[in-house]
Amino acid sequence: MKRLRILALMLPLLALSACKKAPSDSADASASGDIPIGEFASLTGATASFGQSSHKGTQMAVDEINAGGGVLGRKLRLVTEDDQSKPGEAAIVVRKLISRDKIVALLGEVASSRSLEAAPICQQAGIPMISPASTNPKVTEAGDMIFRVCFIDPFQGTVLSKFALSKGWKRVAVLTDVKQDYSVGLSQFFKAHIAANGGQVVSEQSYSSGDKDFKAQLTAIKGTDPEAILASGYYTEAGLIASQARELELNVPLLGGDGWDAPALVEVGGKAIEGSFFSNHFSDEDAAPSIQAFLKKFEAKYGQKPDAMAALGYDSAMILADAIKRAGATDGLKLKEAIAATKNFPAVTGNITLNAQRNADKPAVMLVVKEGKFRYVETVSP
Amino acid sequence: MRPRIILLLVIAAFASVSFCFTGHPEAAWPLAQLDDYLLNILLMAGINVILAVSLNMVNGYTGQFSLGHAGFMAVGAYGSAAITQIQGKVLLETFGFLGAAAPVFLFSLAVLAGGILAALAGLAVGLPSLRLKGDYLAIVTLGFGEIIRVMLQNTESLGGARGLTGIPPRTTLGWTWAIAALSVYCVGSLVRSTYGRGFLAVRDDEIAAEAMGIHTTAYKVTAFVVGSFFAGLAGALYAHMICYISPEGFSFMKSVDVVVMVILGGMGSTAGVTLAAIGLTFLNEVLRQMQEYRMVAFSLLLIVLMITRPQGLIGDLARFLPGRRRLKP
Repeated sequence: MKRLRILALMLPLLALSACKKAPSDSADASASGDIPIGEFASLTGATASFGQSSHKGTQMAVDEINAGGGVLGRKLRLVTEDDQSKPGEAAIVVRKLISRDKIVALLGEVASSRSLEAAPICQQAGIPMISPASTNPKVTEAGDMIFRVCFIDPFQGTVLSKFALSKGWKRVAVLTDVKQDYSVGLSQFFKAHIAANGGQVVSEQSYSSGDKDFKAQLTAIKGTDPEAILASGYYTEAGLIASQARELELNVPLLGGDGWDAPALVEVGGKAIEGSFFSNHFSDEDAAPSIQAFLKKFEAKYGQKPDAMAALGYDSAMILADAIKRAGATDGLKLKEAIAATKNFPAVTGNITLNAQRNADKPAVMLVVKEGKFRYVETVSP
Repeated sequence: MRPRIILLLVIAAFASVSFCFTGHPEAAWPLAQLDDYLLNILLMAGINVILAVSLNMVNGYTGQFSLGHAGFMAVGAYGSAAITQIQGKVLLETFGFLGAAAPVFLFSLAVLAGGILAALAGLAVGLPSLRLKGDYLAIVTLGFGEIIRVMLQNTESLGGARGLTGIPPRTTLGWTWAIAALSVYCVGSLVRSTYGRGFLAVRDDEIAAEAMGIHTTAYKVTAFVVGSFFAGLAGALYAHMICYISPEGFSFMKSVDVVVMVILGGMGSTAGVTLAAIGLTFLNEVLRQMQEYRMVAFSLLLIVLMITRPQGLIGDLARFLPGRRRLKP
């Protein structure tokens, strides 16, 4: 009696494992069919907005390539898996994509922590991986199969410093969010570059994400009479920092990185954030024809404006398709070499050249906050 | 036969089959097409079994509601990674005389160290906080889990917020299911031993237990330490399976996942939580085809299950069985 019950409970499990096995026999990709390309993204969970944006961009690129006849006479088939923004989940979906869907290359992820889970798996399996927006330098250090189409944290610090110097701001204060690795890295490279190029960091202050009161740090900064302040953290605190700086009559422009790119920056910062600058991957005001064409297509397809993640997702798929074309094959090693040889590829987020560290060498854009909108100022090359 | 014994047999079968696949899943065995994906699900299921069974020791058998299981898992994961990754090169040379067995030996050392470190953390948290009851204890354990996470986030030598990369992939099915079987066996026998009746007594009526001369705090701390030890082992296996750990992987939500397994399986039923842990791991994969509706379906299933079987999958099976001593009220 008892045994029967236990066995009955075990049965569904056995059934489950049995039905999981079935697809592997049939999913064998033949050389003449579609080319399966994997994508893993955070379509649900904490960073769903990033994942959905990049997925839309990627999907649009694949549709476009297929509408133009595909590559090597074959169509691309995008297999997308959701990792729920959960650590641990990314490793499983990537293994599924590789062993079940037999993908030839992998696109993803936005968040560095999940790209770091996938990278060693792809490296070991010999499947090239292109991350659209993971800026942590460690991602591509996993091996020669791992690439990215965005710039990395150190580069942004350098760009911001170059921009400040070009504006003639030599005395700059730095306000770092010590809880965010991203912010620490940005500040570190900003300081190094500006000090080596005739500028001076007059004050270094720090805070932790979630802080609401920055008056102590700002008062200390005011005493050193800076010409600009670098607030390298995310948009949530940047808005508060701006308004509190203005209350203290500290009327110098603020500088920030791509972590500022959110409508909430203006909602929190209001008038105080006006006239501040930040670096980003692309601007929808850039007059370059490739960007304007991308904007039109994206709006026609999804009825909304693309953000930087969508543009990067689009670029990652385009670079992969270009590499497959040049490689003339879909096997991992040839594909890897073709991706590594990407040079001056006309992407939406600037002309991309992949360097020896498999990171993208490309310009960043500087934006200014004006009347509640992010307006394009200029493009800064590395 | 008792369910525990059947369960052990099943797990032992799993483990013995798994040993054939150590390292190279494609290499052997034409019958079982164990690809990388299925292998990973089985590993994850094993780790979840260890987590759920060990949390059941605290939440189910001893009746102390802990929400900090992910914290102990983190201690085990980082502790073991410190041995194989951070100090890996030096230690491998030290044990160089073992030849090809050195990495495996180092890994077993790391797993054990992860468990012991987690047990020590369990002792440190348990001693002061287990004087609290119910909701208060839940809050304290929740707080502890967060403290561990924030500490890891700010410890540069352990990778900080960026996490720790380059952990060698050492976890195999054999290791995982052997430890899973060990956890089922340990928790099962502990609770059914003469000494172990004390855990159930503490859960059922603390005052009565104390009146009968049971040192309730000692029992609670013991349960906590045993639970943390196995959580540490699970953490070590997890670290060497994913090969990358970051503090955000051990957040409060991870603890909640384990609590769900325990409640769904039936508080205080080792067989139940084992089934729930395996079942939920597979369910997650089966529902993958539903894409963005997956979490809706998953949650709906949980709601339906909880309404139809509030006692858990096989929570009170003992009630319906004649001729058997009842352990549960």
